[in-house]
Amino acid sequence: MTDMSMSPMNQMGKPILRREDQRFLTGNGQYTDDIHLQRETAGVFLRSPHAHARIKSIKLEAAQKSPGVIAIFTGQDLADAKVNGLPCGWLINNKDGTPMKEPAHPCLAQGKVRHVGDQVALIVAETQWQARDAAELIEVDYEVLTAVVDTAGANSATTLVHDDVPGNLCYDWGHGDKAATEAAFAKAAHVTKLSFVNNRLIPNAMEPRAAIASYTKHDDSYTLHVANQNPHVERLLMCAFVLGLPESKVRVIAPDVGGGFGSKIFLYAEDVALVWASKRVGRPIKWTAERSESFLTDAHGRDHVSTAEMAMDANGKFLALRVSTTANMGAYLSTFASAVPTILYATLLAGQYATPAIYVEVKAVFTNTAPVDAYRGAGRPEATYLVERIVEQCAREMKIDPVEIRRRNFIKTFPYATPVGLTYDVGDYDATLTKVLKLADVAGYPARKAASAKNGKLRGLGYSCYIEACGIAPSNIAGALGARAGLFEAGEVRVHPTGTVTIFTGSHSHGQGHETTFAQVVASKLGIPIENVEIVHGDTGRVLFGMGTYGSRSLAVGGTAIVKAVDKVIAKGKKIAAHLLEAADTDIVFENGEFKVAGTDKKVPFAQVSLTAYVPHNYPLDKLEPGLNENAFYDPANFTFPAGSYVCEVEVDPATGVTEVCAFSAVDDFGNIVNPMIVEGQVHGGIAQGLGQALLESCIYDKETGQLLTGSYMDYAMPRADDLPSFKVDNCVTPCSHNPLGVKGCGEAGAIGAPPALINAITDALGVRDLEMPATRERVWRAAQARA
Amino acid sequence: MTVSVTLTVNGKAASASVDPRMLLVHLLRDQLQLTGTHVGCDTAQCGACTIHLNGRAVKACSMLAVQANGANVTTIEGLTGKGDKMHPMQEAFRDCHGLQCGFCTPGMVMSACQLLADNPKPTEAEIRAGLEGNICRCTGYHNIVKAVQQAAAQA
Ligand code: FES
Ligand code: FES
Repeated sequence: MTDMSMSPMNQMGKPILRREDQRFLTGNGQYTDDIHLQRETAGVFLRSPHAHARIKSIKLEAAQKSPGVIAIFTGQDLADAKVNGLPCGWLINNKDGTPMKEPAHPCLAQGKVRHVGDQVALIVAETQWQARDAAELIEVDYEVLTAVVDTAGANSATTLVHDDVPGNLCYDWGHGDKAATEAAFAKAAHVTKLSFVNNRLIPNAMEPRAAIASYTKHDDSYTLHVANQNPHVERLLMCAFVLGLPESKVRVIAPDVGGGFGSKIFLYAEDVALVWASKRVGRPIKWTAERSESFLTDAHGRDHVSTAEMAMDANGKFLALRVSTTANMGAYLSTFASAVPTILYATLLAGQYATPAIYVEVKAVFTNTAPVDAYRGAGRPEATYLVERIVEQCAREMKIDPVEIRRRNFIKTFPYATPVGLTYDVGDYDATLTKVLKLADVAGYPARKAASAKNGKLRGLGYSCYIEACGIAPSNIAGALGARAGLFEAGEVRVHPTGTVTIFTGSHSHGQGHETTFAQVVASKLGIPIENVEIVHGDTGRVLFGMGTYGSRSLAVGGTAIVKAVDKVIAKGKKIAAHLLEAADTDIVFENGEFKVAGTDKKVPFAQVSLTAYVPHNYPLDKLEPGLNENAFYDPANFTFPAGSYVCEVEVDPATGVTEVCAFSAVDDFGNIVNPMIVEGQVHGGIAQGLGQALLESCIYDKETGQLLTGSYMDYAMPRADDLPSFKVDNCVTPCSHNPLGVKGCGEAGAIGAPPALINAITDALGVRDLEMPATRERVWRAAQARA
Repeated sequence: MTVSVTLTVNGKAASASVDPRMLLVHLLRDQLQLTGTHVGCDTAQCGACTIHLNGRAVKACSMLAVQANGANVTTIEGLTGKGDKMHPMQEAFRDCHGLQCGFCTPGMVMSACQLLADNPKPTEAEIRAGLEGNICRCTGYHNIVKAVQQAAAQA
């Protein structure tokens, strides 16, 4: 790799202001709902008001006659047209080796509805109002069935969500060495046991999902504008599994996207129904979700019920961890749902610790609730919450300081193969912990606690030392674990004749700032001004291929693909320069944007080489193609392992149950950092979502009826500015050992590390063992009263 | 049935004929093509649609277009000066990385301007309380607070 430290154009590690901000700040962003196509119609989905019901009949006549109505489609139309249901992208096998159950996931309900909000019909009209008015006139005769709602009870419920899935059991999966774990428990000096509910969340990206599907007769092709995190995967799944179309006939464009957090990774039923219907209607159809629809139908997150036991020796050394989890899949399997409580969860249960034996079993169940899938962190927050809560409880029971018990058990040598299947390449967990103790002024904590006590308040301190696996993933490993797709990334570097560059990346930015970070990387490598680098993403018609953005993979995987393509450009540029400079290829070096003959002052700038590539008058045409345009696909050698230590300090008022988050300190190790300003922003946002989960947010369905009780911002508590403190954020660096940038990924860390830090702090303040998330005022007050 | 509405938007006269049930935010977005004002919810809770109406920050989803008849409206597009020169609050959001996906941003900026108009030198707690009507899912508010502090310091 070129040494970038010498270049005047070196932008690495600098807090460059974001290039995308001007358009967002001036109202010139272009989100899907901002786009209008000619002759556009409006699509509205009629949704089920019941959690579980048989559809006895659907009467459309009155609606069809309603003003402005163009067409109405139901599940029967899709069935008649042989449109398949939605696929699941990850196969999990049961303990006995049989495959998981994959019940049909129709794009419009067929025969039954299985959650409130399940889509029953698509109404297409001239205007949205007309479509909505018509929706009111559709008469659906439902036979209401008992709803299965409770995660823990789904397996033993007598009602079946899908007739062909006994016990509502999607899979019963096990991972780790059961015998070794049992043996370790048999000789333990002490066992700590805790039960957990990892509360169900609704992702709530601020831009609701939206899509515009259009069909062009002239070349028999479709275009879908959609608020989505990975347009190529959307296209692949839609073409290959659902509609049976060649990819060449479908273009998916994900323009500016207003946040995703996982919820916009997936192929949704609405997208498919709209694409299919656009040909029948012969005009573009636009659908924008109302927030109420987002609450009901965006894939939700978390929803695990678990027990965990840690076996220790007399010194608090961890001997074994045993975990049993039930995970709610909701009514249907969403795109990556099956992987979240298995591959992305169980494999992280070692945490930062050298626990020698781990065994986990996971039952995934269907319920009459919205599908559950990846939400910021996806499996890793659930694992971290469990590990960091039980480690804290181990410390309390063993009367060992929570910092000390962690240090005693940290993994200290790398690479380290965990008993749950991952190999951590690098890390320094002591370093982040030591640094965060300073940042949080833990030394001054006793005085602050005493001051709180004087005011009748209870102060608490909670730790969390998380690890996550990012940069997903080596395709061969993922494939062996059941992935039905590759997980590489693609990039293209198109050098223009004048020496400016367009980068096409399969990663997608929906707030992460790729247009800045990726440009910093490329400008530094090529030694050209950042203004000369344009980043293009989110369009299958322009970008060669892509696996998209999730799992904090964009820079580690997508960025590396770009780096590899840039390296190819430089390699070809050297050959062109060698010709121009009349030197051997092997004597050319590339530095500071110039090709030089090593050890001489003979040189030629990048822009001249690029011009020569496109005006090849003086050019080795016999040996070299003209042009300067390179692609690369990068498949990572391993996961990356960001890790960090968080400290949360709270003050609880036992009289009211109000918890104030007084301070939150985070020290992360993301490997090398390209833009520290953007990285800090990612950490802030992640912590806010983590604190949101632990303090405020909870998706609640009525246990009897399956109605969503938290279906608006008046019922679902989003973290607002006055709920949170400013955060103290710092970092340590152990560069990732297996990608050229040495980067690990930073998008999910905060959401993973924050919840246990907060709950550990509140339970510390109250001196209690158990406290469910979210730690609402009522729950905290009750816990405080019980203690008093 | 449609009703005609006349109002001033970003200093220019505008008129439209609207469905009586149309919300002001949809008039701005769909009829006047001012798509910088966003819709993030259906319960007047998120603040993505915040504009200035007769000099006060209001949620454009919480009133009907017809109620804005005769009003003077400023949207995020109108906050930006000639030649795309950004307002000091917009600059501060960029300087402090107070936005990520940008969806909440126009409403957040419009609210923040109102906040400083009412209280030119707010404390951090006052800024947080003042922005409580605007939800941002990306930033954790940390840098938004910094941006408002910067704008206040420069005013
Ligand atoms: S759209 Fe107006 S407050 Fe949410
Ligand atoms: S920047 Fe994305 S919601 Fe605020």
